[in-house]
Amino acid sequence: MSRYTSVTDADRAAMLAEIGAESAEELFEQIPAEVRLDRALDLPDGMSEQDVFEHLRSLAARNADADSELCFLGAGMYDHYVPALVDAILSRSEFLTPYTPYQPEVSQGGLQAMFEFQTCMSELTALPVSNASMYEGPSSVASAAYLALGAKKGRRKLVVSRGLHPHSRQTLETYARGYDAEVAEVGIEDGLTSAAELASALDEQTAALFVQNPNFLGGVEDLAALADSAHEVGAMAIASVDPMTLGVLRPPGECGIDVAVGEGQPLGGRLDFGGPSFGFFCATEEHIRRMPGRIAGETTDVDGRRGFVLALQTREQHIRREKATHNICTSQALIALGGVLHLVWLGKRGLVELGELMMRRTAYARETLGAIAGVELLHDAPVAREFALRLDAPVQDVLDRCAGDGIAAGYPLGREYPEYENGLLVAITERRTKADIDRLARSLEAAVAASGPKREAAEVAS
Amino acid sequence: MKPPRTADVPTSLQRDTALTIFERSVEGRRAAVVPECDVPDTTLSELIPQDLLRETPAELPEVSEPEIVRHYNRISRRNFDLDTGPYPLGSCTMKHNPRLNEKVAALPGHARLHPAQDSKRAQGALELMWNLERSLGELTGLPHVSLQPSAGSHGELAGLLLTRAYHDDRGDERTKVLTPDTAHGTNPATVTMAGYEVVKVATAPDGGVDVDDLRSKADDSVACLMLTNPNTLGIFDRNIREIAGIVHDVGGTLYYDGANLNAIMGWSRPGDMGFDIVHLNLHKSFSQPHGGGGPGAGPIAVSDRIAPFLPVPRIVRTESSNGSGPTFDLEYEGEKSIGRMRGFQGNFGVFVRSYAYIRSLGGDGLREASETAVLNANYLLAKLRAGRAGKHLPLAFGERCMHEFVLTGDPAKRELKVKTLDIAKRLLDYGFHPPTIYFPLLVGEALMFEPTETETRESLDELAEAIDSILAEAEEDPEILTHAPYTTPVRRLDEAAASRKPIVRQAF
Repeated sequence: MSRYTSVTDADRAAMLAEIGAESAEELFEQIPAEVRLDRALDLPDGMSEQDVFEHLRSLAARNADADSELCFLGAGMYDHYVPALVDAILSRSEFLTPYTPYQPEVSQGGLQAMFEFQTCMSELTALPVSNASMYEGPSSVASAAYLALGAKKGRRKLVVSRGLHPHSRQTLETYARGYDAEVAEVGIEDGLTSAAELASALDEQTAALFVQNPNFLGGVEDLAALADSAHEVGAMAIASVDPMTLGVLRPPGECGIDVAVGEGQPLGGRLDFGGPSFGFFCATEEHIRRMPGRIAGETTDVDGRRGFVLALQTREQHIRREKATHNICTSQALIALGGVLHLVWLGKRGLVELGELMMRRTAYARETLGAIAGVELLHDAPVAREFALRLDAPVQDVLDRCAGDGIAAGYPLGREYPEYENGLLVAITERRTKADIDRLARSLEAAVAASGPKREAAEVAS
Repeated sequence: MKPPRTADVPTSLQRDTALTIFERSVEGRRAAVVPECDVPDTTLSELIPQDLLRETPAELPEVSEPEIVRHYNRISRRNFDLDTGPYPLGSCTMKHNPRLNEKVAALPGHARLHPAQDSKRAQGALELMWNLERSLGELTGLPHVSLQPSAGSHGELAGLLLTRAYHDDRGDERTKVLTPDTAHGTNPATVTMAGYEVVKVATAPDGGVDVDDLRSKADDSVACLMLTNPNTLGIFDRNIREIAGIVHDVGGTLYYDGANLNAIMGWSRPGDMGFDIVHLNLHKSFSQPHGGGGPGAGPIAVSDRIAPFLPVPRIVRTESSNGSGPTFDLEYEGEKSIGRMRGFQGNFGVFVRSYAYIRSLGGDGLREASETAVLNANYLLAKLRAGRAGKHLPLAFGERCMHEFVLTGDPAKRELKVKTLDIAKRLLDYGFHPPTIYFPLLVGEALMFEPTETETRESLDELAEAIDSILAEAEEDPEILTHAPYTTPVRRLDEAAASRKPIVRQAF
C-alpha cells in the first residue's frame, strides 16, 4: 500500500469488478504504448516518516538560520518577531486545507479573512481598493505594469527608479518583453531617486513611473513629489512599499500614488529562504475593474444574512479567459491571513510603536556603525529601517569574518550595484536590540580592520 | 440520514452574525507589547522630514489576544476543508496534506533561513532544491528544471516567455499560441500577457484534440501549443505523438499544463510525449496544502533546446576534488536567460513539503498514487453510472477516464428542471464539497469530479449515494434542490450585487 492511501487488495478487487476491468494496468491502456514509461522511475525508494524527518533535519542543519546567528540581512525580507498565534491559527485545517473559495456557502471563513486582509491593506496604504493577495513582491510590481499599460493605452514606456528592488526591476524587465514595453531606468543621487534624471526620462510615452519606499538603499523618498512628476506627463505613479514602515511613513495613498504594491513577508511571514510570502496590490477606485487576482466582496444571502463572495470575477481568467486582467489563479491566501493576524495583534497603536522603535534603533545603528574607522555612510538621505554603508575593505571578506562571529552583517550591494562595490545594506527590526547592534559594531570594526587596505598594504610591505 | 429540506430552524452558525475583527475593536484594548526603547528616544521628525511622516494612524482593530484567537477560530468553522470530508474538485487534486511536511517545513533551518543568506551557509537548502529539481526532471522526462515560478499560472507565463526567447534567439517572429477549447482559463489569459494571440483548437468527438482542425491552424506563425494530457475531460489524448509532430514540423514549441500530472506519475512522461516545457503544480500532485487559495509553487521543466533560456538564479552543483562531497551555489547570470520571474529563489517552504512528499513515497509510491487516483475516479464513475446519474448526468465523453471525469447535467436540466448549480448546492447539505462545475466550457452543465487517491472506497460509495439521493429528490420535487443549501453557515449569496456595487473593504 502506498503512503497516504487506503486501498487494500480486497478494495482493489471489488473496485475493479465494479468498473469491469481486469486490472489497474488496464485502466492505463488509454495511454498509447509508445508514450508509456516502460521502466520504474529513477528515484530513491520511499522512506518511513521517521527517516524522511531525519533526512530533512540533516539538510536543515546545514543552513545558518536566523535563530543560530544574529541576522542583519534585509533587502526585502526581514527577521521580525512573528506572534505565536499566527502559526497556531494558520495550522488549523479549516484554513490550511481548502481550495480557493469557489463555493462561498462553505467558504465564509476564508472569504471573510480576505475581506479583513483587504481592509487592513487599504488602511495601511490609504488606497481604497486592495485585492486578496499576489504571489510576492517583485512579481506584483511587474503586474502593476500590466495594469498601467491597460489603463494608459498607446503608451509603452515604463520608467523605473534604480532605487526599486533589483529583483523587482529584473522581474519587470522579464515581463515587459511579453507586454512589449520599454523599460527606462532613472539613477540614484545621494540615496534617493535623481530628480534631474527623472525629469528627462518621463515623457508623453510613459505609462507609469515605478519607485520604492523606502528604496533599496533604505532612503525615504518624497513620494508626493515623485507622483506629481509622473502625473505631469499623464503617467501613473506606482510605488512598491514596505508595509512594516507604514505605521510611521506617510502612506502612498496620501501622496497621490495610484497603485501601491509590495512584499508582504514582514507581516507575519516566515523567512523561508524567500517564500512563500505574499504580495499586495492596492489602487485608487478608478482601477478596481482592472485589478489582478481575487477580490472578496460583502453581500447578503437569500435570507438577508451577511456574507462574502469573490467579487468582480468577470475580470478573472476562469471567466474572461484571454481578455482577463491577469492570469493569476492561486495566490497566497493562507500567508496573507498570517499578515492579517500579525497586524491585528499589533493593532492600531502597536504598528506605530513598532515603527518608531525600528526607526530609533536604525538611527542608533547608522550612527554607531558609521563612526567605525573604514566605514562610512553610503548616503545621507533619511532612512527608516535599513541603511547602506561603504566599507574600506572587500565586503565579502568582512562578511566572512563577521559570520565567524555568528553575525550575518548585511547584504552586499556589489552584484546588483557595481557602483557600490563594497557597499553593505544593514537591516534593523524590533528583534535587534541595542546590545545586538553594539555586538555588530565590534565585529564589523575588527573585520574591516583585519581585511582593510591597510592590512593589504602591510602584507605587501612585508 | 437525509439532510433537512428546509431552512426553517437556523443552525448555530447561521445565527452567527459574522462580525469582522474591525467590528470587535474596542478603544484601549491591545494584544502586542512592543519592546522598550533601549536607544536614544529621538523625536521622529528629527530623523525624517515631518511631511514624509504619517499623521493619522491606520485604523487597525484594537483587540486582545483571547479575542483574536476566538474570532479566527469562529470564522474558521465557517469553512469546509479537506480534513473534514471529501473534496472531489476537478482539476484541483485535493489530496491529503501530510502533517510531516508541515513539521519539516517549520524546522528553523528552513523556516528561519534568510533568502539572502550566503550560499556557503545555506548548503542544505540548495541541496534540497537541487534534489527536487532532479526528481521533477525524472518525473517529467525533461531534465532542466527551474523551481522559481510561484504557481501554475506563473509557470505558464514563464513557459511562454521561454518560448518567445527561444524564437527570438533564432530570429523567428511568431504571433499565435494554440489552445484547445478544453483548456484551463489560465492558458488563454497567459497567452495575452505574453503578447501572443490565442487561436482555439476544436475538440474531436472522442474528447481529444481535433487533429484536422489543428493541422489547418498550424503554420509558421504558431509559437506554441499549450496542452494538458490527460486533458480537462480526464481523457488521455492518444494522438499526442502526432499532435506533437504537427506542431514541431511548423517550428512551434509544445507546452504542457501540469495541472493533471496526478494521473500519470510513473506511467507516462510529458517529455516522452514530445513536450518542450512543463509546469507542475506542487500544490496539486505534490501535496502542498491549498491554503484556501495559496500558497503553491509552479516549477517548470524543459527540454535541451529551451534550457539556455531558463530563469535565473539557477542552482549549480560542483563536485569536490578532495572527496568532501559536492557544493552548491546560485548562478545569477545566464547569457540567454529570460531573467527573473520573481524575488529570491522561489517558494522554498513549498519545495520542502513537496520534497518530503516525494521522498516519503519514492518512485514506486508515486506511481501507485497515480494508479489509485485513476482507480478511484473510474470506480466513482462506475458507481454513479449504475445509479440515477447514469440517466440524468451521463458521462460527457468516452467510456473510462484517467484521474477525473466530466458529467453533463443537460438531461437533468431538461428532464428534472434542476441545474448543475442546484445539484452542487444540495451536495453541500450532504457534507461533501461539490465537484468543479461549469468547466470545461464545451460541456453543457458540466460536473467535473476528481476524487484523488486520498478517498477510501467507503467515502466514494457515500458520495455516489449522495448524488443518487439528490437526483431522487429532484425527481420528487426539484425545488428541494433549487432552494438548497439549507444547512450551510450562509445560504445562496447574491454574487451579482457584490459585483454591481462592490463593497471590498470595511467602511468606518
